[in-house]
Amino acid sequence: MWENIKDFASTFFVTGDPLIYGADVSIVLTIIAILFVLTKYKKWGWLWREWLTTVDHKRIGIMYLIASLLMLFRGGVDALLMRVQLAFPNVEFLHSDHYNAIFTTHGTIMILFMAMPMMFALFNMVVPLQLGARDVAYPFLNALSFWLFMLGAMLFNLSFVIGGSPDAGWLSYPPLSQNEFSPGPGQNFYIWGIQISGIGSLATGINFIVTILKMRAPGMKLSKMPLFSWSVLSSCIMIIFAFPILTVTLALLFLDRFAGAHFFTMDGGGNPMMYLNLIWMWGHPEVYIVVVPAFGIFSEIVATFSRKKIFGYKSMVWAMMIIAVVSFFTWAHHFFTMGTSASVIAFFAISTMIVGIPTGVKVFNWLFTMYRGRISFKQPMLWTIAFIPCFVIGGATGVMLAVAPADYQYHNSYFLVAHFHQVLIGGVVFGYLAGIYYWWPKLFGFKLDEKLGKWGFWFWNIGFYVCFMPQYALGFMGMTRRYYTYGWDRGWADLNLVSTVGAFMMGIGFIFQVWQIAYSIKHGERDTTGDPWNGRTLEWSIPSPAPFYNFAVVPQVKELDDWWETKEAKANGTYKEQPAKLEPIHMPKNSGIPFIMSNFWFLVGFGFTFGWVWMAVIGFIGVFACMWARSFQYDTDYYVPVEEVRRTEASLGRVV
Amino acid sequence: MATNHDHGHGHDHHEEHEQLKVLGFWIFVVTDCVLFGTLFATYAVMMNSFAGGPTGQELFQLPGVIASTFILLTSSFTSGLAVLAMNKGNVKQLIAWLAVTGLLGLSFVVLEVTEFMHLMSEGATMATSGYWSAFYTLVGTHGLHVTLGLFWMTALMMQLKRRGISAVTRRKITNFSLYWHFLDVVWIFLFTVVYLMGVM
Repeated sequence: MWENIKDFASTFFVTGDPLIYGADVSIVLTIIAILFVLTKYKKWGWLWREWLTTVDHKRIGIMYLIASLLMLFRGGVDALLMRVQLAFPNVEFLHSDHYNAIFTTHGTIMILFMAMPMMFALFNMVVPLQLGARDVAYPFLNALSFWLFMLGAMLFNLSFVIGGSPDAGWLSYPPLSQNEFSPGPGQNFYIWGIQISGIGSLATGINFIVTILKMRAPGMKLSKMPLFSWSVLSSCIMIIFAFPILTVTLALLFLDRFAGAHFFTMDGGGNPMMYLNLIWMWGHPEVYIVVVPAFGIFSEIVATFSRKKIFGYKSMVWAMMIIAVVSFFTWAHHFFTMGTSASVIAFFAISTMIVGIPTGVKVFNWLFTMYRGRISFKQPMLWTIAFIPCFVIGGATGVMLAVAPADYQYHNSYFLVAHFHQVLIGGVVFGYLAGIYYWWPKLFGFKLDEKLGKWGFWFWNIGFYVCFMPQYALGFMGMTRRYYTYGWDRGWADLNLVSTVGAFMMGIGFIFQVWQIAYSIKHGERDTTGDPWNGRTLEWSIPSPAPFYNFAVVPQVKELDDWWETKEAKANGTYKEQPAKLEPIHMPKNSGIPFIMSNFWFLVGFGFTFGWVWMAVIGFIGVFACMWARSFQYDTDYYVPVEEVRRTEASLGRVV
Repeated sequence: MATNHDHGHGHDHHEEHEQLKVLGFWIFVVTDCVLFGTLFATYAVMMNSFAGGPTGQELFQLPGVIASTFILLTSSFTSGLAVLAMNKGNVKQLIAWLAVTGLLGLSFVVLEVTEFMHLMSEGATMATSGYWSAFYTLVGTHGLHVTLGLFWMTALMMQLKRRGISAVTRRKITNFSLYWHFLDVVWIFLFTVVYLMGVM
């Protein structure tokens, strides 16, 4: 009996590495600390009522934000571990297997469990406020999306202490990811972690399309909608066409591993290259899914901090929509070396270059908006200005990669690694950080400290170039990605050391930002006006933090940048006060079902990961029961009476 | 503090909100189209990957498949009749037509399971070859959709019995019939691409 338990534990838990034991101890201690604090301060009820069951888009946004910052930390630690291993030749810090696991989880976490939730955090925190709506179209589904993401991310992250991490690269290419070469639960964690959170992402895509198309304040025609909301629409359209492909691809890989199917196997008529095609049909739109909202954020920030209307509004909208379409026709540029016919390669090379054109249009629009504007260099604007040169260089190296014959040289080298980090960090991360700094006061009621933020900003920025510029050169010098070590004779030592120094500078930048948040909670400048940046769009017309129903009176929109125009009219004395009449506000009720159902999904994933079908069946029954129960719920909303609205507004210093 | 949702002017909000949910369901159907499209594409790639094993031409028994095709088409028709009954405001008729639709759907699923069992007894399983992996996945995903539809329909009939026709149940039936017709359309493609082209 005891032998059996020992046997089980030695395969179930990851053993043999002091780093992992350290992680085990810290995880157990953190869990005990959380349980202790919640019990001591009797916060369990509060946690359940205010957070776990909430359907309020702002709170869901905050939860996404916290989760994504934690994942940024985890993915960042992975990155630093890799850079330590590569700092000098012949380092014996990580074993090759461990190194493989770390570059795999670094990539997967940064894209799917850091960038995606940070993007959804911004969607949730901003879009309904910007549209003048009281919530998203489907608040219940929104909560479900969040919990599916969260439990999927937890399932994935569990792999490094239980069962073993996936180690077949961030997109898990077969045949390496098949049973034959990757036995054990690692790849199953990958499949189910992403599958579960992917369903949530798909639902978010549907939710925000309907929100944007149907929930805009009266008078806000699409042609008067703020650009960030436009970028969300573009991103969500890509989501609904791309994510089903991911769902199918992962399901097929799972069938190969679990049911002995022959989709991507080397024998039985399978075709591993089909996996590459399928995964990149999702994967390429995916990078545009995450970067287009960053473009939207920059558009808002550039206009606000230049005190000017955005230059070329219509061309911005067109550019984003064209990107949404063209992004679906470039996937094969990820594997020009597959060896298809010249005409296929030419098609994808040209489409890849074409997708750069609308992006270039946007860069010019931002520059022209700044031209002769009264620019104030607050934190959101700093990140925006840093983004432009960074993204331009990243775009230029992207076009270099799109030149198919030359790509045979660059393929899978550090040149490529440097390129995609430049567009993903310089574009996506800088954009989201800019957005977080910009909208933070709206959500939390205070600004993030400028001084600490600037330290963080400069460490991130200088660190970025120090880290990645040497990698372009290393690529030309023949260093390919996924090497876990190299010898002195290769001549890569100096540049790798420089790159590692840069990576740690970015890590220090992140520490400054965490410090900044902690410091600002106590000492940050309070936002009493609701409009700390002299903003242009509707979200700045309401108090900070926004009350749970957002708008006491639904605004009537007349112009693009309606709030700015209102302020101008008030200053000129031409503003006509609309008699505001309070009405009871229709709001959705909280529900525990999204949280419970996602936990059952977790059981499904965990069961299949270890091949315990009984557990997966229990999970499926639970998921089904939750859906059944929800279908029979009819009492799902309520009205906030006028008196309560009046009281809330008065407590926020507003008279209605 | 909070009053319930059947507040004085709650009706407009409700009607509007239910319309919103129909639009969302249409978009869900779009995503499901992409899902089936991916499976069809996979099937097309695997069309000749028999790996020396049995082919579809050798094993398919068209009479059974044609029968299930007509059963599913008829169920789509009866679900249309159910919606007509709903528009006339006749709950009893609505439930009755839904029941007929459900029985037809159930027989479709039973026929499909029988067919799968036959194929497996002939030595064509998921693990036989790339072709059969793609076959079972594509046809099975459709069958799974139909099965889920049966449960959904059951829940809706119970709700109709309790609550009659309201803005909410009307929206639910609308979405359901959309889903059911969609599965019908998918089956027509499936029948053509998998079975007809398979035996040709």
